[in-house]
Amino acid sequence: MKTVIIDYGSGNLRSAQKAFERAAASAQMAMSVSLTSDPDEVDQADKIVLPGVGAYRDCRDGIRRLDGMWEAIEKAVIADYKPFFGICVGMQLMADVGLEHGSTDGFGWIKGRVEKMQPQDTSLKIPQMGWNTLDLHHNHPVMANIKTGPEGLHAYFVHSYQLVPEDDADLIATTDYGGPVTAIVATDNLVGTQFHPEKSQKLGLAMIENFLKWKC
Amino acid sequence: MLKARVIPCLDVKDGRVVKGINFVDLRDAGDPVEIAKAYDAAGADELCFLDITASHEKRGIILDVVRHTAEQCFMPLTVGGGVKEVEDIRQLLLAGADKVSINTAAVNNPELIEQAAKRFGSQCIVVAIDAKQVSAEGEPLKWEIFTHGGRTHTGIDAIEFAKKVVALGAGEILLTSMDRDGTGIGFNIELTRAICDAVNVPVIASGGVGTLDHMVDGIKLTGATAVLAASIFHFGTFTIAETKAHMAANGVPVRQDPGN
Repeated sequence: MKTVIIDYGSGNLRSAQKAFERAAASAQMAMSVSLTSDPDEVDQADKIVLPGVGAYRDCRDGIRRLDGMWEAIEKAVIADYKPFFGICVGMQLMADVGLEHGSTDGFGWIKGRVEKMQPQDTSLKIPQMGWNTLDLHHNHPVMANIKTGPEGLHAYFVHSYQLVPEDDADLIATTDYGGPVTAIVATDNLVGTQFHPEKSQKLGLAMIENFLKWKC
Repeated sequence: MLKARVIPCLDVKDGRVVKGINFVDLRDAGDPVEIAKAYDAAGADELCFLDITASHEKRGIILDVVRHTAEQCFMPLTVGGGVKEVEDIRQLLLAGADKVSINTAAVNNPELIEQAAKRFGSQCIVVAIDAKQVSAEGEPLKWEIFTHGGRTHTGIDAIEFAKKVVALGAGEILLTSMDRDGTGIGFNIELTRAICDAVNVPVIASGGVGTLDHMVDGIKLTGATAVLAASIFHFGTFTIAETKAHMAANGVPVRQDPGN
């Protein structure tokens, strides 16, 4: 089995790769994990991971700059129905549109928009930076055996924007930052986290392990 | 609810931790990677490396340290010290740093902040502000920026500077009180509160921690969302777990995940 992490120049992916490798080892799976900028490798992979840091439009443009990559991801995810994991801006790109620095189209797999967070408590800082707990709205295989709620495990967030899904069924978990903020979205074979599982120690590694086992 | 962060900071010179680290069970108490792993296991919320390597030829060593740390620790890592240009930032991020902190160069060349934030995103650009009180007793409080590890007085007002770097794209401020650093008498609460009130990005309080009550005050009395300390952790005065238990008991929400 093969998981690819798409490398389109959006920051360092070493810790993401190492986290997926460690989770695969912990799950005792024969799973290779590689970074790739090659659409053919996406075509050959069993599972797709799309990371992303920085601005929405820069990430979209970064993928677009790799010849054939956008289309390869769409094919893998829609036609071939491969499990997909979007991280941070990689998750936001699952939406119809992002509103950071103007309006930018995303993949459109999750109906909704990516908007600037507006906490009701104006003393809260933007970006939200640090560890927060998750409130589960719908069960999902990637969250199996992970304790959520105020007494649950923490995830590491760094973001100023959030994906606001139109369909409640797509909203798997929120986190509280002056009101509920989208933490996990999912539909069909796709899942995405606003937080960084590769930086979220116990919760992150457990979630990655669940993803690797999902639909196998 | 977002938790207050507890961040140990390591001074690294030529790839080695400068002050002795008083940790049990460490194979090599001078190896920053080993220490990073220990803090990771102990439940630190982030880690900060300050590279104080003087010689230019040896500056590449920190990249190896960052690389090895990022491969083994699944927690956020900030690296600072000697960052002068966009390329320095790029190298550190590629090695695996999650955030890069800029100190002297932010004063000498503020455009660097703007360039870096545009290129890599504000989320990874931390400006480290070293401030010292310049007002005399009885005068309204006033703080100014010092650079080069506190040796150079710039005459720049700390609050105005904080506003400026945030406008340029800094995503976080690491604020150190030069009056308090190394004293163990507690954070400069007035300075920290003044900076927190002036900007809308997260502020890390630093400089002066000696007791666990200081860690509580650093969050409760200021608006800072993180506290950074070096000596109390390295010398084994307090563990991360003791620190967090004390903060939680005194009404500061912290992350206390089992097994971390």
